Amino acid sequence: MSLLRVLAVAAVGLLALTAASPPAPVAADLLLTETPAQTLDAYGLFKDAGARHPAAGVVPYDLNTPLFSDYAEKLRYVFVPPGQKVRYVEKGALDFPVGSTLIKTFAYPADFRRPNENVRFVETRLLIRKANGWVAQTYVWNAEQTKATLKRAGARMDISFIDVHGQTHTVDYAVPNTNQCKECHSLDKQVAPIGPKARNLNREFDYSAKGDFRDNGDKANQITRWTKIGLLEGAPPPARIPTTARWADPKAPLEARARAYLDANCAHCHNPRGMASNSGLFLDLEETRANHLGVGKNPVAAGRGAGGLAVSIKPGDPDASILAYRMASKEPGVMMPELGRSVTHREGVELVRAYIAGMKTHFPPL
Amino acid sequence: MRNLMVAVSLWAIAGAANAAVIKVTPDGDAQEKVQTALLDAKPGDVVELAAGKFVFTDGLSLDIDNVTVRGAGPDKTVLSFAGQKGAGEGLLITSDKVTVRDLAVEDSKGDGLKAKGVDQISFLNVRVEWTGGPKESNGAYGVYPVSSTNVLVDRAVVRGASDAGIYVGQSKNIIVKNSTAEFNVAGIEIENCWNADVFDNLATRNAGGILVFDMPSLPQKDGHSVRVFRNKVVKNDTANFAPEGNIVASVPTGTGVMVMANRNVHVYGNEIDDNQTAAVMLVAFQKEYDDADYNPLPREVVVRDNKIGKNGFSPQFPGGAELAQAVGGVIPPILWDGVTSYSKGAQKVSIPANMRLTDGPVLNLNLAAPAAMDTAKPGVEPTVQAGGAIAEPATVVLPAKQAKLAS
Repeated sequence: MSLLRVLAVAAVGLLALTAASPPAPVAADLLLTETPAQTLDAYGLFKDAGARHPAAGVVPYDLNTPLFSDYAEKLRYVFVPPGQKVRYVEKGALDFPVGSTLIKTFAYPADFRRPNENVRFVETRLLIRKANGWVAQTYVWNAEQTKATLKRAGARMDISFIDVHGQTHTVDYAVPNTNQCKECHSLDKQVAPIGPKARNLNREFDYSAKGDFRDNGDKANQITRWTKIGLLEGAPPPARIPTTARWADPKAPLEARARAYLDANCAHCHNPRGMASNSGLFLDLEETRANHLGVGKNPVAAGRGAGGLAVSIKPGDPDASILAYRMASKEPGVMMPELGRSVTHREGVELVRAYIAGMKTHFPPL
Repeated sequence: MRNLMVAVSLWAIAGAANAAVIKVTPDGDAQEKVQTALLDAKPGDVVELAAGKFVFTDGLSLDIDNVTVRGAGPDKTVLSFAGQKGAGEGLLITSDKVTVRDLAVEDSKGDGLKAKGVDQISFLNVRVEWTGGPKESNGAYGVYPVSSTNVLVDRAVVRGASDAGIYVGQSKNIIVKNSTAEFNVAGIEIENCWNADVFDNLATRNAGGILVFDMPSLPQKDGHSVRVFRNKVVKNDTANFAPEGNIVASVPTGTGVMVMANRNVHVYGNEIDDNQTAAVMLVAFQKEYDDADYNPLPREVVVRDNKIGKNGFSPQFPGGAELAQAVGGVIPPILWDGVTSYSKGAQKVSIPANMRLTDGPVLNLNLAAPAAMDTAKPGVEPTVQAGGAIAEPATVVLPAKQAKLAS
């Protein structure tokens, strides 16, 4: 059972207890003020101070393939002001109306074998669509898990957890500073959402336990559900929307999984309009040119990040591929992504290595 | 109308008066204090870093237009990134009209001072240094404006970069002057740039002094219109310590000025001395590439009126010693690979040479294709004056306010 599901079940329980009083609405006006609130609870996005239970109109969602963030679990929600709709966009993030807010909480269970116990929230990030563009803010949770406070200059904290194999890890978790939020969330120098692209949202989500966002369904495709509850307009049926593969889905083709992983973990910078545009290495799912995808591509500004290797991808040879080398590194100045992780994502590295190992000299495969 | 004008000018004055100086001292949590100042600054503000050593655990970044980050001097205000745990550079700038001046950046894990995709970026009187000397594990670039317009680097000192000390990439309208680059792999490198003036600099003790390169498959291509003049390019003798795979790893130790690909490059009035491989080297891009728009040849190159001393006495490339032997013991002042044809997709393109190399003798390798060393027919010519006149690009002029910052 996923962490999200467990929390959702808890949410229903709380709803039963609080159903007597009408829910407080989200402070939609406050979301649009220039000065950010000092604490997360001011926005009323959650019913409780601990942000375990979303307020009415705050809809949970999930992605096919997310960014790896030091093994943190992520709880995602979207808020769209009542009466407004998200517009469907085929490529790239959906078009969210002013006042929309994307909410993401980074959390660690003490032991990933029991994901519903001792879940520590680390930070809750907001991406708010203001009149003149998106703004990123992050709120860091206190030890008591009762209050999340605005943090603009970034922070580091040690976080320990036991992984699914029973092994203990400590990560040097980095809360990004406001500019660093933008370094990843940047398209043509403007802040932009990364995750909520139609293709990455095109999946089933288990709403059954939630029961508190306009509709009480069961499992449903997110695009279908968003359309049904009036959140989204203009979307074709899910079958006609491309789907980002789930990176860890063993049934999906290897290349699709690896490309999905690279899209989610690298392409926010490595695309022609992102922070790493000058590298000429473009890892978004839309890219089709083998050279720009890294095949036989010499490094440009990698410096020692190249690790003495000549090309980003040498088909059939992950050990000779800069891409795999930088993903495996934990050393600042070498590691990729530059931000957002302090440990190596072993499973992600394995996937990308397998992708390179299986690559023929003719690329992409016909 | 008159009242309106008065109102507007009063407003403008008020705006200027509101510009604040945000002072930060190095004590306490420098990371939080400096980063907060860089977030709180408003356009027009100065973030003033006091004398002393600021110790950081992460990179810094600035994303507000028209902010000056100022120290008390490059030997007084030191930003130390030796304990950096994340980010790809010391200070990253992503906003327009920013000036960084009078401070030092030391031991960043990646690049030192980077500006990406900005207009009117100025680095003045700054020092970027890896304090352990030249090492492969040092960061790649010291001063690193990229994908930008109107770039000013003036009185910078960079030491120890494992790629280029001062690297300007994929930018337009650039001035690099009065700067010192030493103990880097490349001293100063201008790559995939349009309109750059590089003058009055000192490049010494690097592997290569000043490089003008053009690379394939990048968003800004067709590097052109570069003037390299009045520089001192002497005694570049630090063994190339670049990590393999990087293009500068192929620069032979002891190269003075090197032009790789590019169009319309003028090298004149420089003092080029005591570089063991060659004073000036003109070569085609030698690796394979997949870019139908790319021309890998240096063309429209002028090398004239330089003061060329004793160079080429111990060339540090494979076969260099034999080559020197064959032409009288030393590599002549200008070494040109002589390539005039290249592959454009499946097609072979030949272009007549258009060169004006009057600081000869010129050693022309007459290669049949880029990197085709087995086809070499080395010949020494007093000068090469081939093709039509090569007009010199106009002087680079920066916007007035930025130009005033220069010394």
